[in-house]
Amino acid sequence: MLRFLVRRFIGAAITLLIISAITFMLFYAVPRDPARIACGKVCTPETLEVIRHNMGISDPLPVQYWHWLEAIFVGRDYSGFGHCDAPCLGYSFVNREPVLATVWDRFPTTASLAIGSSVVFLIFGIGTGMLAAVKQGKALDKIASSGSLIASSMQIYFVGPVALYFLVYQTHLLDQPSYTPFSENPGAWFNGLLVPWLVLALIWTANYTRMTRSQLVESLTEDYVRTARAKGLSRRNVFFRFAWRGAMGPIVTIFGLDMGVLLGGAMITEKTFSLQGLGMLSVKSVFSNDLPMLLGVMVITAAFVVFSNIIVDACYALIDPRIRLA
Amino acid sequence: MTSTDQQPFLSIKDLKVHFSTEDGTVKAVDGLSFDLMRGKTLGIVGESGSGKSVTNLTILGLHNPDSTTVEGSIELDGEELNGASDKTLEKLRGNKMSMIFQDALASLSPYHTIGTQIGEVYRKHTGASKKVARARAIEMLTRVGIPQPDVRVDDYPHQFSGGMRQRAMIAMALVCDPELLIADEPTTALDVTVQAQIMDLLKDLQKEFGTAIIFITHDLGVIADIADDVLVMYGGRCVERGPKEEVLRTPQHPYTWGLLGSMPSLDGPVDVPLNPIPGSPPSLLNPPSGCRFHPRCAFVEKVEGGRCSTERPLLEIVDGRGKACHLTDDQRREFFADLAASKAH
Repeated sequence: MLRFLVRRFIGAAITLLIISAITFMLFYAVPRDPARIACGKVCTPETLEVIRHNMGISDPLPVQYWHWLEAIFVGRDYSGFGHCDAPCLGYSFVNREPVLATVWDRFPTTASLAIGSSVVFLIFGIGTGMLAAVKQGKALDKIASSGSLIASSMQIYFVGPVALYFLVYQTHLLDQPSYTPFSENPGAWFNGLLVPWLVLALIWTANYTRMTRSQLVESLTEDYVRTARAKGLSRRNVFFRFAWRGAMGPIVTIFGLDMGVLLGGAMITEKTFSLQGLGMLSVKSVFSNDLPMLLGVMVITAAFVVFSNIIVDACYALIDPRIRLA
Repeated sequence: MTSTDQQPFLSIKDLKVHFSTEDGTVKAVDGLSFDLMRGKTLGIVGESGSGKSVTNLTILGLHNPDSTTVEGSIELDGEELNGASDKTLEKLRGNKMSMIFQDALASLSPYHTIGTQIGEVYRKHTGASKKVARARAIEMLTRVGIPQPDVRVDDYPHQFSGGMRQRAMIAMALVCDPELLIADEPTTALDVTVQAQIMDLLKDLQKEFGTAIIFITHDLGVIADIADDVLVMYGGRCVERGPKEEVLRTPQHPYTWGLLGSMPSLDGPVDVPLNPIPGSPPSLLNPPSGCRFHPRCAFVEKVEGGRCSTERPLLEIVDGRGKACHLTDDQRREFFADLAASKAH
């Protein structure tokens, strides 16, 4: 187990290093000078040079990257801002806010959206998939299968406004989407996120329905499932303890990856419901040439994907005793 | 002996198992009858697709009820099993009747320890506690000859060797002292030494508990070792049955001759070529008319009026011995003597 963790963490660090380096290089491929933009209309070459220096972009690219890396571990002194403690991801080019604080500020919105909707799509997706697998070939299976095909071909920017129109503006059944911190008012947190959860979950549910169904249909034909029936165990017991156990592994794997992606921000969902999460933050930083902010969001999002992968692999070993971690 | 001991413990009458598939109806078992007494072993032989495994899955009620129709009667100790409720069958399975499957690696759950898998059968049928069930599992592993059973009980199937897995499978099937044991090619995947050990184990257990055993195999050598009676199946029907010695020494059906002829002999000369039966097993979707073996039978011409392809030969059983074939007794003696002579040379 320890060897597994050490190995995977080293791998994760390398992955993150490469991702940040690529982001760094891509940023400079864009022919726009952030210092020139920050300088404004009346801009002398001297002021431009000062701004460049303050932004830390007057050095050659590798040196800049090194400074950025260094800051994460030992902090960094900015002329004009003062000292930024480690772990330091720098300051925004646009509004001079510290990157890390901004990301942490946005993170609860994204996390609430991701966790809430995944609870919904896991319950409904796996539930429907199980029913479809049990009622294989019957009407219920056909309805679930074709329904999930339709749902999975929907887009959030279509379903979102439709749901808003009918559930919120026309009937006032649900609240206007908004984010209230859970610690402030759990009720408002829940009501404000319910519509985005349902809409985001609708599209993801379908994937989990289809995946659960196909995994179960396969594992229900396994010899060990027949043996369990031959031992006199009830259908229910056999279904949950044997067939479902066999179907679970691949579903956990996909869920781990999906969760990593969702925690990186669901841009379209956030845009549709005007929520200020990581997705919106990264889009905004791209358009405003805000390198430190973009790098910060990219690295933190990538870290979610990489670490959820490690957790998934560890979970897989718990589900299937044939897999040994090394 | 009391009079109930004279009653067959398992009695199958005119069993028909048909599957509906997209291409039509598959007649996997088509009118099969046999009886089995307590403490006896019936060997069922036949090629793949002859209906032997289907028959036994149907006895346990493990066929898919949505696509399968089962006709006829399956009586276990006087109780009709065809059409019995799930609850009734669940109480019998693993308890009064149990089954050993062919591929132990695939048939044991990879997600549960050997001890859990053996113990849960015991708990289900006796209501024993986890602790008692575990002790029972260790006792069963000891009985089937697993070394260090108190340690191995917590292993997963993939940590066992092939022979040990098969033993664990047998321990699981026997944990509730079943009165009927169905063994579906339990030794096919094993090497001969382990095979011999497992056969001895089954014989010992039968002696101890008086279990009735159905032993499914396509290996006549195994039959010679373990069976009391033999039933030869072809195309979902019984073509010949009788006491082991008689069926093996004086087989009466051309298909049985073929089976025996395709076996290598240890005491004969090494360079005698094997005589496989020409052709392949019949499609059960469109089975041949009349005698299902007739397209592959060398003696079709010898029966007058082409009856082999038009008329189904009936299985006449006299004193537990019978065959379903249109050849006359004289013809049979003559042809079998010829075959035996040609094999000796």
